[in-house]
Amino acid sequence: MDLAYSPEEEVFRARLREWLAKALPSLPPKPSPDDWPGRRAYDLGWQRTLYDAGYADVHWDASPTTRLIFLEETERAGAPYVGANFVGLLHAGPTIAAEGTAEQRARWLPPILRGEEVWCQGFSEPDAGSDLASLRTRARRDGDAYVVSGSKLWTSHAEVADWCELLVRTDGEAPKHRGISWLAMPMDAPGVTVRPLRTLAGSTEFAEMFLDEVRVPVANRVGAENDGWRVTMVTLSFERGTAFVGEVVACRRVLVEVAREARANGAWDDSGVRRRLGRLNAEFRALWRLTQWNVSEGEASGGVPGVGGSVFKLRYSRARQELYELAAEVLGAGALDLGCGWVLDRLSSLSYTIAAGTSEIQRNIVGERILGLPKG
Amino acid sequence: MRFRLTEDQRVLKSGFREVLARRFRTEELRGAVDGSGGLDRRLWRELGEVGLFSLRLAEDEGGVGLGVPEAVLVFEEAGRALLPGPLVATHLAAGVVPGAATGETVVTAVGGGGLVEWLDEADVVTGDAAGAVPLRSVDPATPLHRVPGGGSSVRPDDLFVLLTAAEQVGTAARTCEAAVQHARTREQFGRPIGSFQAVKHLCAELLVRVEVARVAVYAAAVTVDPVDIAAARLLADEAAVRGARDSLQVHGGSGFTWEADVHLCLKRAWVRAERGGSITESEELLAGELLVEAG
Repeated sequence: MDLAYSPEEEVFRARLREWLAKALPSLPPKPSPDDWPGRRAYDLGWQRTLYDAGYADVHWDASPTTRLIFLEETERAGAPYVGANFVGLLHAGPTIAAEGTAEQRARWLPPILRGEEVWCQGFSEPDAGSDLASLRTRARRDGDAYVVSGSKLWTSHAEVADWCELLVRTDGEAPKHRGISWLAMPMDAPGVTVRPLRTLAGSTEFAEMFLDEVRVPVANRVGAENDGWRVTMVTLSFERGTAFVGEVVACRRVLVEVAREARANGAWDDSGVRRRLGRLNAEFRALWRLTQWNVSEGEASGGVPGVGGSVFKLRYSRARQELYELAAEVLGAGALDLGCGWVLDRLSSLSYTIAAGTSEIQRNIVGERILGLPKG
Repeated sequence: MRFRLTEDQRVLKSGFREVLARRFRTEELRGAVDGSGGLDRRLWRELGEVGLFSLRLAEDEGGVGLGVPEAVLVFEEAGRALLPGPLVATHLAAGVVPGAATGETVVTAVGGGGLVEWLDEADVVTGDAAGAVPLRSVDPATPLHRVPGGGSSVRPDDLFVLLTAAEQVGTAARTCEAAVQHARTREQFGRPIGSFQAVKHLCAELLVRVEVARVAVYAAAVTVDPVDIAAARLLADEAAVRGARDSLQVHGGSGFTWEADVHLCLKRAWVRAERGGSITESEELLAGELLVEAG
């Protein structure tokens, strides 16, 4: 057991820190949350900056420990997060890298790294959220193309995406997990309609997507026909394994800010508030240790994240919600003012126990795949 | 960064688990519970022989020469086995009190809340136990005395708290395994109860608490930082106490009987939670660190 980083890792950290100190002051101002074209340009610009500095592929090619250092340092420095590049860098990219052909990797991976193309995720449907395998969007073979019809929901970044990682049913007769395929669909294809969805936080973070006889080349299928479920599990294990790492560092920083606010407004004098602050400090410290543990274990087993990500996600999503509940208590009436940044974060934290597999689904995964309990 | 067990650490942990599985079976646990015999001195010396007490003592002083992380691993196993006796106090006395390292001398200590475990059986007491009065201990395998008025003044040292937290993690893991074992085999409505989400989810949360507490304890063993230790302690107490309660719930009616082991886990977890000193104090320490960072 060792928490010390190697000399090479420390060199990487020092260079990154130095580079961030120089790169961040020249960033353009952050666009407003509803300015999607502005957000796209901002996020792609940051990815291009990372690319030029040699950090673009840190999520893919670096060792897990190096990636951990990257996420820790960029978050500490207040650098932009992956934003609109989330799906490309953390979902579709790793999936294509792991399961795609040489041509597919050459076509799609470089533009993600260079900050030229944005991806969105076409998984969930109105009747297939947690039970993702029951999805109904159909794809029928017509020569060298699939003809796709159906609808998708909760499609993040759909409004500005160039590509969609799309799950479709290619065999309606097969058992529900067996008849699914994974397609890369161009968002400008005829028949694709995107309609923004307004969330309870007031923003249009997601969209509905309607697909009416959309032609997608067969060559855009990643993995074998009807083998999309397995390909998807690869994607989801990446999502649960690494997607939230930087956020733990961010939450710890917010917790310090909440303590500062509590001292300033007198809430600190309430021992109940202090005790909850202390508990959450223990919580986020432990979540960081769990991250380091999972990364070390992942490094030992070849870098593919396992079901341990479910343990992390269950605990993290709840801790994040508790953090903003405490922040609201410290703020008092101020917690009703949408002008306060914590209030929007409080609202968005409500999605954490739902998105990327609800907590109930995660408990099923832990119960069945780690503990070996029988399926219901 | 290699924050995972080394091969040597794996071997040490599983080796100690095997020793306990051979030497401290259900019969011995039941013997300790129904316990007329007091502390098993022969077992104590055997624990000394396998190095439980002398683990961190330098080799030229007759010890094993290992560190805090290794001590945490073996105390986790001791906690899993529900091994009785003032194990942590004796371990901490090795090299200080003659005979502690080999298990010839049983050392107890005044812990949090002014409580002293196994006072009548101990050869040496660390701290001032003058005037200690016996309690009817809730844990049938841990006799307790209390020092009058000593409760709030006693601040257990960090290693005492950390090794206690390691024992809590071991007990928490045991309660999780017992719950899962029961949920797999016990049938109701024609199905194993573990197939019902209400039960499955209790088991999943049990595991999550164990995993989070375990990494917190391991990390604190590496850093030996007081704030890390306070965090580890809070999470380990929670994992052990809530784990035992949830495990009892999964066991249903049978969990409420004396024959089921789960109440022994819960009662030991309660005793250990007290041993670490006031929980509020740990929480305040962690809160205070935030203010330091806030500047």
